[in-house]
Amino acid sequence: VGELAFALFWPALAGYAEAAVAYVGDTMRPGRLVRSAIWGVRVGWLAQTALLVVQAADADGFPWGSWAGSLNLFVWMCVGAYLIWGCRAPFRLLGLAVMPLASLLLVLAWAAGGVGEARRSEFGDVFLALHVGLVLAAFAGFTVAAGLAALYLWQERRLKRRTPRVLRLRAPSLESLDSLAGRTIAFALPALILGIGIGFVRLESDGGGFDATMAVTLLTLVVYAAFLVLRYEVGWRGRRTAYLALAGFALVVLVRLALTPFGHF
Amino acid sequence: MHLVLVGTSYQRAPVELRELLAYEPELRRASLERLRAAGAEAAILSTCNRTEVYLAAPDPDDAEERVYAELGALSGLAESELAPALYTVADQAAALHLFRVAAGLDSMVPGEAQILGQVREAYGATREAKAVGPILHRLFRQALRVGKRVRTETAIGENPASVSSAAAELAERVFDELAGRRILLLGAGKTADLTAANLISRGVGEIVVANRSRERAEALARRFGGRAVGLDLVEAELVEADVVVASTSSQGYVLSAQQVERAMRRRRGRPVFFIDIAVPRDVDPAVNEIEGCYLYDIDDLERVVAESVAGRREEAVRAEAIASVEADDFRAWQLSLEVVPAIASLRERAEAIRRAELERAENRLGSLSPSQRRAVESLTAQIVNKLLHQPTVRMKEAAAAAEGVLYADALRHLFDLGDDADPAGKPRQ
Repeated sequence: VGELAFALFWPALAGYAEAAVAYVGDTMRPGRLVRSAIWGVRVGWLAQTALLVVQAADADGFPWGSWAGSLNLFVWMCVGAYLIWGCRAPFRLLGLAVMPLASLLLVLAWAAGGVGEARRSEFGDVFLALHVGLVLAAFAGFTVAAGLAALYLWQERRLKRRTPRVLRLRAPSLESLDSLAGRTIAFALPALILGIGIGFVRLESDGGGFDATMAVTLLTLVVYAAFLVLRYEVGWRGRRTAYLALAGFALVVLVRLALTPFGHF
Repeated sequence: MHLVLVGTSYQRAPVELRELLAYEPELRRASLERLRAAGAEAAILSTCNRTEVYLAAPDPDDAEERVYAELGALSGLAESELAPALYTVADQAAALHLFRVAAGLDSMVPGEAQILGQVREAYGATREAKAVGPILHRLFRQALRVGKRVRTETAIGENPASVSSAAAELAERVFDELAGRRILLLGAGKTADLTAANLISRGVGEIVVANRSRERAEALARRFGGRAVGLDLVEAELVEADVVVASTSSQGYVLSAQQVERAMRRRRGRPVFFIDIAVPRDVDPAVNEIEGCYLYDIDDLERVVAESVAGRREEAVRAEAIASVEADDFRAWQLSLEVVPAIASLRERAEAIRRAELERAENRLGSLSPSQRRAVESLTAQIVNKLLHQPTVRMKEAAAAAEGVLYADALRHLFDLGDDADPAGKPRQ
């Protein structure tokens, strides 16, 4: 099973890496490599889906309880969220942000042992599936929203600077980037709240301390909640909300990469 | 059968001459019928930028003369006056020319889309006049395919080629779509008119015209189904406008950064796109520094257009390659027509021999059952087919290498096949 999982890991990584390179190439010569980039994303994601299925079939419980395993699942969710609408013509550029990150994180998951045979977790299956699944789904949504925000800032800068080449690359309008980032966060935040809530229920019943990961995760929740209030109630738009989405994503990175290896999942 | 093109375009003839050579539909139909009656397939492509007559005829010189006569009669000019403005190309070069035209590669703005519709229309007219035959049918069908291929496989037609379309496309980079947006026109001049027309073609909702002369504002507003306001109400209108097109003849700024800032505070972060095509400028350049405001003046727009056109030229290299490959393909097909009648005659001769031999053997085969008779029929047919397969393949290969006529002559001589009818008259492919 471990060998089969590794055999599926390589095509997944190859697909994502090919897509990342093709997206970069597409910015230089628009329209030429985009088709192969999209196929890279699709093939990579299908291979990773098969990898996760193999891990799940073999596991004696929730297979992605470890930090590295959860990173593997996180990458799959990010690319899945991107696949929903990222392959549509104006949003393809988002792949420029998502696919290199997905490739990098998948390599990290592989290096830390998250793509081989799944390890048995110390926590209950249902708890893990809900807690980890919901928090990771929320983080995947925040990652895609950060990609949209970054694309917004890049496109806005080009428009402000009146770059002559501004129309050479097909990019989504500022308005749709702003609105999609807002909607993605509006979908992801409830998942985070639910995931954190389940975590606190387990903490209440099984005992355990409040650690730095939890604190930063709560702070992430506060930042994204503030994003939604400012975006939909106060009327903030554009550059300011894009920076806020990126600030929230910086906290997600901190939780996923800096703190979680030493704490939960 | 040769393909001959005689024509002129904006590259060779000034508009005064092109006007004389432009065909009205009825005149074109009559001309097509005359050319067809003279034994040629004919098609006429007549646009504001070009008039081109395509003929498929056995004698290229005769075909050229006929076209000169037609164009002379149409324009009322003598041949000596016409000749410097006309070009004549034949066979593969003529096919390549039409493919380039359909792809927009011979247009003033590379990749412009209108020409493909005009080629389609020319093909429709020649079919209606029953002036099309196998060669022009294939040529125009392939040209339409090349036009589509080039636009699908390259980005030649994707970027704007005029200031007004660049302005509209830039506005679409800010707003999801222009449908339902409100446009504020400052000034009621010709350029504002053009830009507004482009924006309206993209579905903008409401148009408000502000001008120093109320009458002109109302006239323009009526044309676009909008409303007119005085210049003193511009700041109030700015709160609701999404795109502002400024083109007044004012000597100072009509919109200051302070006015825009005040309006932006009331817009709750909604962006505004300013198109300032006035010289001197109407909108304070500092407006571009305000969050949510995007300001493009005429120089900015012209730079964007220049870059877009440069992009189209880069893509044109790829488009040229597509047209060239298709022209090679057309040439191979055209050459294969030279050998098709010889191949057909050879097969007819072989089949006649087979049938004759079977009839001669009728007495000896009389005792065969129906199934045995079918087996003998099938066996003899297979022998003939197998014998002729390789020579047929070789003949077609030779045709593609431009040696088809020699091989066809050799075949006729060796098998005593006699002369063929006009190859293009018997389309077999």
